[in-house]
Amino acid sequence: MPLARRSRLAALLVAGALAVTATSCGGDDEGGTPVLKWYARDEAGGVFGAAIEDCNAAAEGRYRIELAPMPNNADEQREQLVRRLAAQDGDIDLMNMDVIWTAEFANAGWIREWPEDQVEAVTEGRLENAVESASFEDRLYGIPLNTNAQLLWYRTDLTEEPPATWDEMIEMADRLEADGEPHDIVEQGQRYEGLVVWFASLLASAGGSILNEEGTEVTLEEEPTRRALEVLRDVSRSSHAMPALATAQEDQGRQAWESGDSAFMVNYGFVWPSANQLAPDIAEKMAWAPFPSVEPDVESTVVAGGFNIGIGAYGDHPDLAVEAATCLANEENQTRNAQDAGLLPVTEALYDDPEVTEAEGDDGVKLFPYAAEMKEALDRATLRPRTPFYNDVSLAIISILHPTADIDPEADVDRLREAIEQALKGEGLL
Amino acid sequence: MTAATPAAAAATREAMTKKGLSARARSERKLGWMLCAPAVTVMLIVTAYPIAYAVWLSMQRYDLRFPDDRGFVGFDNYSAVLGNSLWWRDLINTSVIMVVSVAIELVLGFALAFVMHRAIFGRGLVRSAILVPYGIITVVAAFAWRFAFSPTEGFVNGLLNTDQSWFTESWSSYLVIILAEVWKTTPFMSLLLLAGFTLVPDDAVKAARVDGASASYRLRKVIIPLMKPAILVAVLFRTMDAFRIFDSVFVMTRGAQGTENVSILGYKTLVSRLNLGLGSAVSVLIFVCVLIIAFVFVKGFGTNLSQQRGEAP
Repeated sequence: MPLARRSRLAALLVAGALAVTATSCGGDDEGGTPVLKWYARDEAGGVFGAAIEDCNAAAEGRYRIELAPMPNNADEQREQLVRRLAAQDGDIDLMNMDVIWTAEFANAGWIREWPEDQVEAVTEGRLENAVESASFEDRLYGIPLNTNAQLLWYRTDLTEEPPATWDEMIEMADRLEADGEPHDIVEQGQRYEGLVVWFASLLASAGGSILNEEGTEVTLEEEPTRRALEVLRDVSRSSHAMPALATAQEDQGRQAWESGDSAFMVNYGFVWPSANQLAPDIAEKMAWAPFPSVEPDVESTVVAGGFNIGIGAYGDHPDLAVEAATCLANEENQTRNAQDAGLLPVTEALYDDPEVTEAEGDDGVKLFPYAAEMKEALDRATLRPRTPFYNDVSLAIISILHPTADIDPEADVDRLREAIEQALKGEGLL
Repeated sequence: MTAATPAAAAATREAMTKKGLSARARSERKLGWMLCAPAVTVMLIVTAYPIAYAVWLSMQRYDLRFPDDRGFVGFDNYSAVLGNSLWWRDLINTSVIMVVSVAIELVLGFALAFVMHRAIFGRGLVRSAILVPYGIITVVAAFAWRFAFSPTEGFVNGLLNTDQSWFTESWSSYLVIILAEVWKTTPFMSLLLLAGFTLVPDDAVKAARVDGASASYRLRKVIIPLMKPAILVAVLFRTMDAFRIFDSVFVMTRGAQGTENVSILGYKTLVSRLNLGLGSAVSVLIFVCVLIIAFVFVKGFGTNLSQQRGEAP
């Protein structure tokens, strides 16, 4: 084959390949309406579907949002997202980001900074923590969608007053056990992020922190850290620790609670509608209180969770994506998410809005009777460390603390510090 | 891996015959090379290139989250891995699973192969029945075992009349993982051993019987020695497989309760932390471990891969 002909053939092949990729990736512009892919896990009952419909209708043909469903588990969501983002995938226009991912994604340049002229519109009236969680180095990288925090759930037939501290809770459980009553304490002890939440909330309540404000240095103040570790160990070693604590996540905790063997549970608000539906006799006696303190007379501080919507750095329509995200996280949709999926709103005013506080489920049970206490917890709440190395820091904490029954408070303060210091350098195995 | 050894054997053969080559032999050899060139090219693209790339990556500081910090660091990643107690602990965990499961599989597989060999009627049915677990995708099998042993939805606790939470303790997690592994891959072992049984000439066994050897004596002194090549190959394949165990552990414990093995470590470093340099170093070290296992089997125990395939030694 003469050279000229061969190179022409090669050019043809390349052009053909390009055409194929162009059509397969660029699916955006069918019928003139740009399609925005929203990578998110649809919450119970497909509540995001309704938000998408409303926003698409409001956009009047300027854009069309499509949901790209993600796995249930937050770790698996992150794995999928980072794999795509690291490969500069332009398919991600919008994505739901757990509050702990912001620093990592922003630092790597995977998400867009929020346009400055729009910052005010999406931060005004929203919970300070939620806005903070979407920020990195004083710049906003997402719009808060929902928040979350843990409460202590207890049973009025077993204890009239909730325990104020963890030590008190163990004492109460001791007495219940002696009386032959249910006495288990339910927490999240599995080797996963839930364990970091437990530890971080204890540490914050004891007056300590994992990293400094900038997320650059390990703090882990000696005394508070030791106290937090002591509580973890004492609860896990006591006869009140739920039987499968070392593998318990939030949902295993809910099941243990609904079985009626437990006296106390630290968990999120989803347990309330669930108990009303699945274990009404337990729900009747169920009450809530703030996360127990570590030190007497010092109010507890929990770490807030939740999701923000970020804008993919490689998408073709960043401006439309900002507009779409603003719509998806607006007050109407937050209210709907709260009513239909129990997602806590980030707009402060909604905590006084009867549409949320008085909302009832299909069975006539109030959905957010705990709204006021939750709001107080959120006002006092803090955030987990904000560093691009968060994932490594979290792995380091889990690897030292799990299983919680084997914690040695004296020695583990130093081991923890060492492991996190190494994680912050992005070095070594975890 | 398996390709390397026949290639080495071919090389020695080649060295022996190099001196007196006739023109015909030379052209035949040329034809041979041309015929296998496509296969060699494909092998180079799909195996050699990725391996070389992994080695190259393992010598760099390269974290996808910090692409600007990329740089050549030589063997730093290796010293970071080898100097970390986690690697050695995971290596021990891997070895525990490997040794125990291969040992059980060998005994069970031998018994099953014997049954398959001796089955007089329904041979096809027996063989397919034994093969079923091997036909199931590992992840699916792992989920089946996880659900079976789950305290809430599983049936095992009901059968044994306990409320053990199997995946909360180290010993029970290992037990379930090893059982699942044995259940899943014993058929593979027994298939390879069945091939070994066919290597044992009936005459030899009959002659031993005539000489008055007892059943166990025949097994120990006649059958097993004759089957040794097949047994070694089967154990080699399974050992290398078992060393790279990932799916079962990932599904059942995600490495918790001290069941983390080297593959999970590699996954965590590469996929979850996006640390390509460090993760590649782990992968290359796993590869080296597998090479060592193969070397020990081939040189130490004299495993002969070509004999298994019916070629002359």
